[in-house]
Amino acid sequence: MKTYSLGIVLCFTLLAGVCSSCGERKANSKLLINEVLAENESNFQDDYGLHSGWIEIFNKSYTSADLAGWLLKASSTPGDTVTYFIPKGDVQTNIKPRQHALFWTDGAPRRGTFHTNFTLCPDKDTWIGLYDSGNSLMDEMTLPAGVLKADQSYARVSDAAPEWEVKGATPDSYVTPSTNNKTIDSNPKKDKFSSHDPVGIGMAISAMSVVFLGLLLLFVCFYLIGRASIRTRGKNKVKLKQEHAAQLAAAAFVPDEVAAVIALALHEELGTGHDADPRILTIRHNSGSAWSSKEQHLRQVPQRK
Amino acid sequence: MGEFISFLQNNLADFWTYTGMHNATVGHLVMILVGIVFIYLAVAKEFEPMLLIPIGFGMLIGNIPFNMEAGLKVGIYEEGSVLNILYQGVTSGWYPPLIFLGIGAMTDFSALISNPKLMLIGAAAQFGIFGAYMIALALGFDPMQAGAIGIIGGADGPTAIFLSSKLAPNLMGAIAVSAYSYMALVPVIQPPIMRALTTKKERLIRMKAPRAVSHTEKVMFPIVGLLLTCFLVPSGLPLLGMLFFGNLLKESGVTRRLAETARGPLIDTITILLGLTVGASTQASEFLTVDSILIFGLGALSFVIATTSGVIFVKLFNLVLPKDNQINPLIGNAGVSAVPDSARISQVVGLEYDPGNYLLMHAMGPNVAGVIGSAVAAGILLGFLL
Repeated sequence: MKTYSLGIVLCFTLLAGVCSSCGERKANSKLLINEVLAENESNFQDDYGLHSGWIEIFNKSYTSADLAGWLLKASSTPGDTVTYFIPKGDVQTNIKPRQHALFWTDGAPRRGTFHTNFTLCPDKDTWIGLYDSGNSLMDEMTLPAGVLKADQSYARVSDAAPEWEVKGATPDSYVTPSTNNKTIDSNPKKDKFSSHDPVGIGMAISAMSVVFLGLLLLFVCFYLIGRASIRTRGKNKVKLKQEHAAQLAAAAFVPDEVAAVIALALHEELGTGHDADPRILTIRHNSGSAWSSKEQHLRQVPQRK
Repeated sequence: MGEFISFLQNNLADFWTYTGMHNATVGHLVMILVGIVFIYLAVAKEFEPMLLIPIGFGMLIGNIPFNMEAGLKVGIYEEGSVLNILYQGVTSGWYPPLIFLGIGAMTDFSALISNPKLMLIGAAAQFGIFGAYMIALALGFDPMQAGAIGIIGGADGPTAIFLSSKLAPNLMGAIAVSAYSYMALVPVIQPPIMRALTTKKERLIRMKAPRAVSHTEKVMFPIVGLLLTCFLVPSGLPLLGMLFFGNLLKESGVTRRLAETARGPLIDTITILLGLTVGASTQASEFLTVDSILIFGLGALSFVIATTSGVIFVKLFNLVLPKDNQINPLIGNAGVSAVPDSARISQVVGLEYDPGNYLLMHAMGPNVAGVIGSAVAAGILLGFLL
């Protein structure tokens, strides 16, 4: 009964977990649309030496992610959505952790895997969607009309950040095809410690506090568990003593007929179970080994207690 | 004929440029000498032979001079060489968690569970890490390098390798050798500090015998331990996760074969590979630098600070403990996580003053708490600095 209850609790827990993750799929997508450039006059060239618009996809995870079989959709007119199927069988669609892939929006898919069958129009609001191979929406964005001039891109402020901005409008903000949207040219954590804690006392105090806190939590936890264990063991001892006493009391009232049957069975067993010499008792070991006898090799599961 | 002799001479001359004799430098000879000293200490003095033999011999392997411009792919720092492939377990940091798996599967946490207040000694001894961190900063190392150097004070070789591979890969060889060397030298470093910081009366304190720990408590320890420590410091997960997993294999009682593999063949294999490659990484051209010498000095200091803080913490702790439940300060040194060497030192020093006072089981408490503490400290340094 206990096992069934445990099973039911486990099922409900799993169900709750599944329910809580429903609707989070889009947010959890490893691959995101990261930067879009609609009108390319003198920006990045493709492998044909041509200037075309592009869409940058970023793998925000720390594992590789494959775009093969995914869909890139674009629409600048309601009801008129163009879909580009990212071909399978090209190893380059496998994006390494925290890396980018660039798709040229030149409307010439025969030029290769990374050339889409649609172009982007900077004069109209353009919706772009990224769908997985199961046609589930993984990420989407809308390129606003009239905001971007030639060679300017619309990009996340930094890779995978929720905020978007126009890049290339000022000297400080530059278009970043196939590279990080924000260049990290320092180690902020290291710099923070170097400037605020040159002696290391802050690190020592904060880190030692955490170490003490961690081990203090363990101490409190096992102090309580230990006390509970001692108390339980004390109760069990009393219970065992009571059971033992009850068994002894029950044993004292064995009916005569039962005693006679037991004595007869013992007499018969002892009379025939011996070797030729009645003083020798032979103990026969199981001749099988762990190699030949499954019985010895396997544990009995589940063990019902 | 003359041309043929000239060809032979050229060949031999060419061969000579490949030999160790031609390429040897003073640095190589110094490192070979250090390797021989390590092997001598292991064989003659039995100082941590399991560590010093592989490291010492690795030093010999790593310091055989060869023509580095010939692209022979024999050196540990040459990509694609056998030694380089074996060294990847160190550089990418997957040997240390496997060592921790074995440590978990061989460690009995009963002493700690029965007397959980000993965990605090394991925490106190981590002052060694942060003391060395502060001194390293003062000597001009940057915070990431200082963190990697400071972890030597945790007296935990695998943790030191793990952390330095993330924070300061260029210093990893020196840090690893320093950590393992001082772990082997625990019997030399710790006793004088313990004697200096304790009174005769304190050394004679007899601690209460630990209570019996139930199977349920032993099974709960790795589960609760993992959840509590890793929720607090997730960056310590590779080490703490494997440590507690190994312990659950041991204590569950139903995975005996897995536990035996983890604490036997697996940890032995990894120890051999780790020791040998760490030793070989001390190639003179890469290793003999001023930084390495400073790291050795800082390593010694961090051990001294860790031992001192452990012993002093127990003395302070005794001020608030009831008279009949005092802790012998000689187990304070065991807060550093050199398992079980520092606990053994507590026992040996304790027996010197009271032949009937067996401190080993008591010292194992802070000793294994030190393992947890240093892994937590490594996680904190990673979280703060990486």
